[in-house]
Amino acid sequence: MRQLKDYVLRGLLWLSVLLSVAVLVMIVGYIFVKGMNLISFEFIFGDYSPTGGGGIWPMIVTTIYTIIISLVIATPIGILAALYLQEYAKQGRLVKLIRFATESLTGIPSIIYGLFGAVFFVTTLKMGMSIIAASLTLTIIVLPVIIRTTEEALKTVPQSYREGSLALGTTKLQTLYKVILPSAMPGILSGIILSIGRIVGESAAIFLTAGTVAALPESLFSSARTLTVHSYLVTQESGDIELAAAVGIVLIVIILGINISATLISKKLNKATNK
Amino acid sequence: MSIQTNSVEIGKANKRKYFLEKVSSRVFLICALLSVISLLLIIGFVFYKGSHPFLVEGYSFIDFIFGTDWVPSEDKFGIFPMIVASIFATIGALIIGVPVGLFTAIFLAEIASKRLAKIISPAIQLLAGIPSVLYGVFGLAIIVPFLQNTFGLAKGQSLLAVILVLAIMMLPTIVTVAETAIRAVPNTYREGSLALGVSQIGTIFKVVVPAAKSGIMTAIVLGLGRAIGETMAVILVAGNSLIVPTSLTDSVRPLTTNIALEMGYAAGTHQEMLFATGIVLFSFILILNFVLAKISAKGGN
Amino acid sequence: MNILTKVKMGLLMFSLLALLSSCSSNGDSSTQASGNNGSTIAISGSTSVGPLAEKLAAKYSEQDNANIEINQIGSSAGITNAINGVSEIGMSSRDLKEEEQASGLQEVVIAYDGIVVVTHPTNQVKNLTLEQVKQIFTGEVTNWKELGGDDMEIVVVSREDGSGSRDAFQEIVDYSSGELVKSSIIASGNGNIKTTVANNKHAVGFISFEYIDETISTIDINGVKATAENVLEQNYKLSRPFLFVYKEGKLTDAGQNFIDFILSEDGQRIAAEAGAIPVK
Repeated sequence: MRQLKDYVLRGLLWLSVLLSVAVLVMIVGYIFVKGMNLISFEFIFGDYSPTGGGGIWPMIVTTIYTIIISLVIATPIGILAALYLQEYAKQGRLVKLIRFATESLTGIPSIIYGLFGAVFFVTTLKMGMSIIAASLTLTIIVLPVIIRTTEEALKTVPQSYREGSLALGTTKLQTLYKVILPSAMPGILSGIILSIGRIVGESAAIFLTAGTVAALPESLFSSARTLTVHSYLVTQESGDIELAAAVGIVLIVIILGINISATLISKKLNKATNK
Repeated sequence: MSIQTNSVEIGKANKRKYFLEKVSSRVFLICALLSVISLLLIIGFVFYKGSHPFLVEGYSFIDFIFGTDWVPSEDKFGIFPMIVASIFATIGALIIGVPVGLFTAIFLAEIASKRLAKIISPAIQLLAGIPSVLYGVFGLAIIVPFLQNTFGLAKGQSLLAVILVLAIMMLPTIVTVAETAIRAVPNTYREGSLALGVSQIGTIFKVVVPAAKSGIMTAIVLGLGRAIGETMAVILVAGNSLIVPTSLTDSVRPLTTNIALEMGYAAGTHQEMLFATGIVLFSFILILNFVLAKISAKGGN
Repeated sequence: MNILTKVKMGLLMFSLLALLSSCSSNGDSSTQASGNNGSTIAISGSTSVGPLAEKLAAKYSEQDNANIEINQIGSSAGITNAINGVSEIGMSSRDLKEEEQASGLQEVVIAYDGIVVVTHPTNQVKNLTLEQVKQIFTGEVTNWKELGGDDMEIVVVSREDGSGSRDAFQEIVDYSSGELVKSSIIASGNGNIKTTVANNKHAVGFISFEYIDETISTIDINGVKATAENVLEQNYKLSRPFLFVYKEGKLTDAGQNFIDFILSEDGQRIAAEAGAIPVK
């Protein structure tokens, strides 16, 4: 009887993992099979054409803009915030509040960020539907990610490093800059890379803040379309699944590249710090 | 003489250092406070905008929550169908996604050989990073026609399609978090149980899984959060009809979808009502966060 | 150690850049607010007018290096944007409402368009009266067999509340948003309706003439075919104007030039090629 139960459970475990893997392989497989035909040099680097058959270069450029702008703002703020939480703050109400806020930000659905961005950056600050409004919204979205991963990385720096450095008469700031940050670097970098993934994958918040203009952005105040939004609109508007899937391939390749480089960087830096 | 000037110089340098220390700690503090400010701004703006119709324009909040008609052009704003749709869709996704995700996590952590786990785990992590839109594209291209043809439905855009897409989307989250939790259970637990003559499967389900309970709960709540907040994938497969769903084959409009669908062109009261929809969604998430905090507090003990 | 210094330097550069960019972007935003009406013409609104406007803009930018930004977000939103100054020009596929006119909007009819009721190509029903169309969309008739088709459920696909096509359609067919059958699928664009109908043999929807192709079958209204000629001769009832609207006195020279181009012979020829009906 008990053996039978074991067999059934074991069977269910196998079934589940097969199901999970099958579904996930199917999704990626479907997107690649469906979109591969369209992938070409002109598709990636060509200009968008409203009459069909164009490329996705404007969306790639827009995506890159949003990544750079939001990271350039979020990274220093996030790292400094984490330094404060880990190295300066005494445990207390303030730290609890900051932690609570950071955690709450992580849980907010992107559509709410989109609502906020649409009314705050787009309307109240008069940025209009634009790359800059979307990037600032994205900054808030990735800020908790960077704070969290940096904090985790700082936690792993041994206390003895700090004590040793301080004992040598360096100031706290020097210790931070020369000792602690370098040893926490792998963690920080992987946090940044995670954020890139989040930015690339975001759609709802960008849809409401950057608009849908399918052209190379003239400036940061232009309305523009990222890859995910393009994939959505193409599906929604023209039902052109092949095109949506081709954009999907580009997205998946980017995500894959990000994941691989995250692993490589942290490995390399881990070696370097261990020396 | 020279000793004196030296000490003055050192004093000056020290002062400068002190000053720098002080300023920098302030700057760090401000950066840390930015997340608090952002949260307050977000809550403030969403609640300010969303509560306006009820506080100033005299709309009834009860009618808003329990009203079944949503016709913005006729000034009717009832989101009951969407609340029901969101809850049904999320529960449905849980019923499918949790067992499959959990069992997959158990398999990877306890049964799979190291080599197999090393292939599958990163693959699943990668899938957690795939943009949600692509899940929607897949849903529209495969799941919707599948439902339509297999069950002879008049339309495949349905609650069931939403549930399936959401269940698939929460899989990577649940698997990844639960696997970590299960792996964190100390080996002594397993050894003790096995030494008592309990089978491997018995050990897993009676000892290891209960020990990883709080981590597993976290995984489920995180998956739940992803499901209830998902927007763009859902729009593509939900059908967005404004009815209170009574069967799995009804097309539905969850809360998130309502916002994304109409925010683009809404103005005035209509726009404020979408923010009010946001407040309701927000409340769900806050309750979830609260539950999550309770769980992790318990786990800490 | 070497890597570490490099990373450190990188981080330093990064933060420096961050500072710089945050300063410069602040500067930009102030200049932007005052001088928004440079060479960029911001246009937003109807998804029915949108494709036509994109084609016109593409042609126009060949002879004039104006940068035209087109956001397809629905008529009501476009009109609101024009009122608020978010966009210079709003695109509408329905007539302005009284309160919209009262807020000082000017309108220019750039073309006319027909709305066509569409079904899956396999659907036997090819002709309907306006009354039947109304019965379908208000849920009075729920099976194709009542209209002479096969015995199968009707799946109604409508545009979202706030769409110009929906407003125009409802006004002509004569039913209100509240009367629309609740189980109808709501699609947020012409293309979306076309795709939904093309993939579902039960479905019926309505789209702009520009979107007609072989994936869907068009329905005659009262025996009149949905063609540009029939609209011009006023035999075909489901038609509406395509409008460009702008706030009085807020139209830039660039915007005026673009409108002039659209109303010129070249512009109207493009409109006709795109499937719209030229203004005479």
